[in-house]
Parts: sequence; structure tokens; C-alpha cells
Amino acid sequence: MNAIVLVVIGASAFTLGYLFYSRYLTEKVFRLDPDFVTPAHAQEDGVDYVPTRRIILWGHHFAAVAGAAPIVGPGIAVVWGWLPAFLWVTVGTVFFAGVHDFGALWVSVRNQGRSIGALTEDIVGARARSIFMIVIFLLLLMVNAVFGIIIANEHIAVPGSVIPTWAVIGVAMAVGYLVYKKGMSLLWVTVIGVTVLYGAIWLGAVVPLSLPDQFLGLGAPAQWVIILFVYAGIASVLPVWLLLQPRDYINGIQLFIGLALLYLAVVISAPTIVAPAFNPNPPDNAPPLVPLLFVTIACGAISGFHGLVASGTTSKQLDKEPHARQVGYLGSVGEGTLALAAIIACTAGFASVSDWEGFYGASFPASGLSAWAIGGANIMEEGLGLPANIAETLLAVMGILFAATTMDAGVRLQRYIIQEWGNIYNIPVLTGRTVSTLIAVGTCLLLAFGAGGGGSGGLIIWPLFGTSNQLLGALTLMVLTVYLIKLKRPIWVTVIPLTFLIVMTIPALAIQLLDFYRLGNWLLVVMDVLILVASILVALEGMSALARARRESKASA
Amino acid sequence: MLSGLAKLLREFYSAPYRGAVARAKRQEDDLFMLLVFSEMVGVPNPASYYTLELQPLLYQDFHEWHKRMGMDHSPLEWFSCC
Repeated sequence: MNAIVLVVIGASAFTLGYLFYSRYLTEKVFRLDPDFVTPAHAQEDGVDYVPTRRIILWGHHFAAVAGAAPIVGPGIAVVWGWLPAFLWVTVGTVFFAGVHDFGALWVSVRNQGRSIGALTEDIVGARARSIFMIVIFLLLLMVNAVFGIIIANEHIAVPGSVIPTWAVIGVAMAVGYLVYKKGMSLLWVTVIGVTVLYGAIWLGAVVPLSLPDQFLGLGAPAQWVIILFVYAGIASVLPVWLLLQPRDYINGIQLFIGLALLYLAVVISAPTIVAPAFNPNPPDNAPPLVPLLFVTIACGAISGFHGLVASGTTSKQLDKEPHARQVGYLGSVGEGTLALAAIIACTAGFASVSDWEGFYGASFPASGLSAWAIGGANIMEEGLGLPANIAETLLAVMGILFAATTMDAGVRLQRYIIQEWGNIYNIPVLTGRTVSTLIAVGTCLLLAFGAGGGGSGGLIIWPLFGTSNQLLGALTLMVLTVYLIKLKRPIWVTVIPLTFLIVMTIPALAIQLLDFYRLGNWLLVVMDVLILVASILVALEGMSALARARRESKASA
Repeated sequence: MLSGLAKLLREFYSAPYRGAVARAKRQEDDLFMLLVFSEMVGVPNPASYYTLELQPLLYQDFHEWHKRMGMDHSPLEWFSCC
């Protein structure tokens, strides 16, 4: 089948979802009111609460939620064939992620811009809040560890990616310095910065770099993982204007350019999908499609992380309540578009089915980012005439930069949580910047090495990361459902995805638990058990909160 | 059109970090406030001769500052803003 067909079906599903389903949510469920005074106006302070134009708000909401996950997840999940991944991404975006992201934004706007964490305590209860904090910490830990492993693996798979990945740090710092200290025009700084970045991509492709195979008894992946976390630790304590902000910005710009180039190449070259709809011969160690597909692709179908962004920063900047429809729903559509591009690159970018089987047939999970870079590069060469080695470097760098910016922010957030625990439990040593950063980086390194990141098997924790992400999504949907019951609005829109997520997450955790046990990896067994306990608690807490809300709703009727 | 694009880019650059940068600036301003008023709250300051003349300029922000610092009322006996 031609990849254009997938683009057309996917784009039509997203468009219909936006036109009809999000309209239903707007009018019948959330009942958005143009006269409602949003927190951005009611609590305007020029710091957190600032009314922002909807296109800008959508742009940075999308840039904040889009990461390496909607590329890596589908890149791994096509091992079961293109059809299951495609269906989960389209149905997930329209009926799961759309309502989740839109709903998280709306419920926060209706509650003084409070975050989902704070709302969990207000609407569901204090116990649920504690589970929430633990899940967030585990999620951050796994995000940082797994993204460190992914970057390390990709640096080895595509040595051309080394120069541009590290050059972008210099480019970002120069942009930050020129904009803040020299007051230069951002437009020109952007043009120069992006040109230098693409120049570095070309240079990287021409001059590939790699670390020695062995150094102090450590293999190349282990050396990269250590370098990356030392960098992440330093980056997390630098002022945001110097590195994080310009890096996010450059990354956002190249996200839009890269995505546009890839879709343009797909339209021009109209590649054929060589992968089977359902793979009859998945690798021997591949887990069953149901339920693992639904945790392997989290971002791109539904991701709890988006609720944190929607309720943490976006809700405080929403100018008018009806804008929540475009910002929230279309934010998830943007993410779905990225996941769709990943599915196409990983299934239509290989020359033949035997090439594809050669890549995916060896063992589970295959490197989703490598498949994206190899497949996407072939499509770009065919469609745009870009040499394959440069296109491959470009796409590898795109994925790496996503993972790296997420890591930068993730380590910083982990440090905040550790410092907060120091304050809450009165342990002064934890409140210091150096100690908390060392603990954050140390735990990530421990997990990365514990998962085999020092060797080649680090991606084994990818589905586990997916389960914690889905669990967070389930918690957000639970808050939304209880709130909707209190307002006597239709709840099927949130109850169906909520039930589905819990029903898929718990068996997925059990299957992985058996795998980790068989491998004798006790660190991952403990992590899995922690998340499994949290999932069961969420399910129980959810049932009791829903029953209580129903009783109260009936009593007040 | 170019100026429209420049404006859009500037918003895209600053919007996500507006809060973080403003908070960092407020922290620096708070420290500066403490330096200027340090003699008044009993902390010796060798530069007080120079900071004294800055005080009138900072009075308008004084109320917000002492509230933020966890003092419900003005810590200065001779200056009651609330």
C-alpha cells in the first residue's frame, strides 16, 4: 500500500476529530464560555499568569509536549505490523489524547489554573495525591534514563550525529547570549543559528566521530551514557536563559522544519509501505501485541505527561476559555502527526520487506530512533534528492535533540522534587543544589546501567516507561471524570479511555514483571512492582472516588 | 510581513520561559532590596552610605517585598506601609 493513503486517512481522522468530536466536547461536555474570566486575566501577574495569543500558546504547548517519545514508541511498535500502530495512533489521538489534553487544560482553567497534581488532592483525595507524586518521580527517572540510553545508542548507530548534537549546545548558548546580553534581533539570530545547526549536520555527516570501543573497562555506550548525564547535571543548574530557553527554541524551530521536510518528501516520493499490516513473524522475545502495544506507544496516542504541561503552564496563559479547544485538542493532533510520520518512516522507508525484517526481526525492542532515521532518510533522498547520509544525520539529530531537551528539563524537575522532599521532611542536606543534582543524576545513571544501558539492551525499559506515562494519564482522566460527575455532565468521554488504560496497563506490567524476573534483573523487578502497586491503587482509588461522587451527585439532585 | 514574523518568533522564544525568567529576576531584586535595607533591619552593611539614597526609589516595592519575605507587617518602625 502507498504511504500517501495512510497520510490521507490519518489527516482525515484528525480533521474529523477536531471538527466534530472536539466540538461535541466544547458544546456538550466542557461547555466552554467566551465570557469566562480565565486565570490568565483573573490572576495576571506578568510572571506565571499572562494572557497569550492562541497560536503562540499552541506552538509552545506543542513544542513542550512533542519529544522523542512519539518517534521512538511507534518506531518500536511497528514490529507487530503497521496496522495496529496506525490504528492506535489515530483512534488514540482522536478519542484518548484529544479529550485528555483538552480536558486537563479545561479543568485547570476552571480551577484557578491549578496543576493536575494539586487538583488530584482537591477533587479526588490526599491519598491519590501521594500516588501522583510517586508516579511523577518514577516517570521522570525513567524518562531521563531511557532518553540517555537512546541518545547513546544513536550516537553509535549514526556517528555523524555527534558533531551537530554537541554543536547545538554552543549555538543555543550563543543565541541566549546575543538575545539577552547584546539585545540582537531574534529574527537574524534565528536565521544564523539555524544555518549553523544545518551546517553542523552537514559537517557531522562528512566527519563522523566515535568514542573508543573500550575505555577504563567501559564500552562506548557506557561512556556516552556517563558523558550525557554529566552534561545533564551541569545543564540543569545553568540559568534557563543561557541554555534551556534558546535550546528549546532552536529545537522547536527545527521540529517544524524537519516535520515539513519529511511530509513534503512523503508526498513527492509517494513511497510504498513494505512492512506487513500484521507481522506474522515477530522476534521470539516480542511480547504479545495486546496489551503491550498500548504502553509501547504512549506519546502519539495518549500520554499523561501532556496533562502536566497543560495544567502546569498552558492553563495559566489561556486568553479565552474557547481557545482551550484549539490549544489542547490540536496540541494532541500535532503529536499524532509526528507519530504518524514516524510510522511511515519506519514502514515505508525500507527498500524491501526483507530489509525491514532484517531490522525488526532480530530482537525486541528494536531501536525506534534508528528505524526513523534510516527509513526517513531513504524517503527524503527519494523525495527531495537529499543525500541519504545527510538526511539520516538530520533525522537522527532531530530525535536526539528532542530526547536531550527533555532530559535537560527532566533532571531539573527531579532536582526540584528532591529539594521539595528535603523541605517537607526537614532534611536540609537534600535542599542544596549540588546534593540534589547529584542524587537526581545518580539515580538516573543507576537505572540506565541497571537496565543494560552500558551494553546494548537499555531499551528494555521503554514499555515500562510507557506504563508509568499511561498511569499518569489515567489519574488525570480520573480527576476529569469526578469533576464532570460533580457538574452532572456526560462522563463516557473520559470513563471509556480511563477504563481502557487501566485494563491495558496492569496486564502489561504483569507480563513485563515476568520478563524481568526471568532475566534476573532485580532493579527492574522492583521498579515494575512499584508501578504495579501504584496502578492497582489508582484503580481502587478511582472506583471509590467515582462511587462517592455519584452518591453526592444523587444526594444533591 | 518580516516584522510580523519577528514578533511571532519573539513570542515563541519568550512565552514558555517568561515565568522562569521573571522569577529569577524577582529573586535578584529581592536580594538587592535586602542589601539596601539591611542596616534598617540590623544587618551591618559597609555600603550603606551609598545605598541610603536608593531607599526612596525602592519604597514603592517595599510592601510587596516584605509580604513575600514572610513578614506580614513592615519590619521598619519608622516606615509603616500597611
